[in-house]
Amino acid sequence: MTRPIAFLMLALAIAFPLTLLAGRVWIDPFASPVPNAFIILTELRLPRAVLALILGAGLGAAGAAMQGYLRNPLADPGLFGIAPGAALGAVLSFWTGLAGTTWLLPLFALLGAGTAMALLSLIAGRSGSALLFTLAGMMIASLAGAMMSLAISLSPTPFAMSEIVIWLMGALSDRSWNDVVIAAPLTLAGIAVLLRAGPSLDAMTLGEQAARSLGVDPRALQWLMIGGIGLTVGASVAAAGIIGFVGLIVPHLLRRFTDARPSQLIVPSALAGALLVLIADALCRVLPLQSELRLGIALSLLGAPFFLALLLQLRRELV
Amino acid sequence: MLRAEHLSLTGRLDDVSAALQPGEITAIVGPNGAGKSSLLACLAGLLEPDSGSVMLDDAALASLAPQTRAQAIGYLPQSPEVAWDVSVETLVALGRSPWRDRDVAAIDAALTTMELTDLRLRPVSRLSGGERARALMARVLAGQPRWVLADEPLANLDLTHQQTLLGVLRAQAQAGIGVVMVMHGLAEAMNHADRVLVLFEGHLIADGLPETVLNQATIRRAWGIDPRWLGEPGQRALILPGTGRGTT
Repeated sequence: MTRPIAFLMLALAIAFPLTLLAGRVWIDPFASPVPNAFIILTELRLPRAVLALILGAGLGAAGAAMQGYLRNPLADPGLFGIAPGAALGAVLSFWTGLAGTTWLLPLFALLGAGTAMALLSLIAGRSGSALLFTLAGMMIASLAGAMMSLAISLSPTPFAMSEIVIWLMGALSDRSWNDVVIAAPLTLAGIAVLLRAGPSLDAMTLGEQAARSLGVDPRALQWLMIGGIGLTVGASVAAAGIIGFVGLIVPHLLRRFTDARPSQLIVPSALAGALLVLIADALCRVLPLQSELRLGIALSLLGAPFFLALLLQLRRELV
Repeated sequence: MLRAEHLSLTGRLDDVSAALQPGEITAIVGPNGAGKSSLLACLAGLLEPDSGSVMLDDAALASLAPQTRAQAIGYLPQSPEVAWDVSVETLVALGRSPWRDRDVAAIDAALTTMELTDLRLRPVSRLSGGERARALMARVLAGQPRWVLADEPLANLDLTHQQTLLGVLRAQAQAGIGVVMVMHGLAEAMNHADRVLVLFEGHLIADGLPETVLNQATIRRAWGIDPRWLGEPGQRALILPGTGRGTT
């Protein structure tokens, strides 16, 4: 085990129990017992914290792999059509009024992610070129975005419209073990697929042509990427709406603590992503606001200045 | 043996056939746009010709698994990129990708050959142009390929490093490796190659020993100039006509 991995596991082991105590009702293990503390912990906070770990891990790993694949530190797994596709699926479930049924919203979101993945592989698949992959991803993202806006503007009732808009902001509030059961296997499978792509992503460090000369099959790699990103990002959108920036920030911060090979960044990014989402979600719970701050908004508020700092740093390097 | 059989690629190569021998340095020369890099990429199995085929020993290159092909043929692109700021050692270790191992002996040997042992922990971003070019060549050597195909490996190297690299490639050839280089410098091809292929507008117009092939007629046909060779075999210099100071 490398040092960053050991450090992050330790941090998670400390943060996980602490975040369970935080929320609108503080649970102090040393004070007099809070009424319903057991229910709050096992039915509300525990599934929520576990979901935060799973989604954060998936988004972190997806970001590390995506940056490695595109050889670009500014790549975010949310930019390539799969997250908007999943969101569109979820929006359609609200639109048709089916979102209330337990499994249907995540199912619609996963179908949306799957459709986006299929489109992505159909358009970019034959050549295995990362440039085509990027352009196809952006095209799908903008198409899905437009269709989402259309669905919102044609909402059957104002109630559905507000429900869609709020859901799109991304949050982990009111999540249950059902969501964990859906997201966990998909995310873990996705991370396993991305880890399998690791050695090929390392070779991509030298560019597409050199990677091919080292025995990388670009089409096989693209399949692994679409599968791995689709599973992790699709599961995260299905369970929590759109949560951006985790996949961008986390690998970027960790790269300097690894030997900079993409394969070595996937596991630390998964752990750090889990840590980031876990802590951000706990902060959302305890901020003294009228209604709870949405996790997606919180992370975007955090992510935008980070992105700006990154751009300024790049600009300094360019001048 | 690495054999090109009637390779054609629209607009780039026209019915090119050549059989390259292991243990030799083969130089591919020609004016800009003659198809040199395309031929090299076809020989490396990275570019699929419209017709014709490349044979590695007795197998068609296209029929080999990418990994098998990569174990046999090392390839250095014309403008190699390194996306992440890895250390020299990590970069060189990437050359082991076709073998899916990190054979320390092979990596150390490549570092030693390219005189990079002292720089092994240095990040690529802090290397000079020459050190970087050496590291990238060490990456190819670490894979212990039977063929080394390099696209203009001498570009961006100063004279000292050119000489070092040519020495390394000669040693590789003497060890039985087939070395194939795209080159711009005709003098380097003349003095250091065992064999020269001259491409012109996608056609292979000459193929043979450098002293025979790089004659004035061939150079005139391909480059449209009339230079003069000076010096002894192995130490030739090329003088371009009518452009020097005071020659008008």
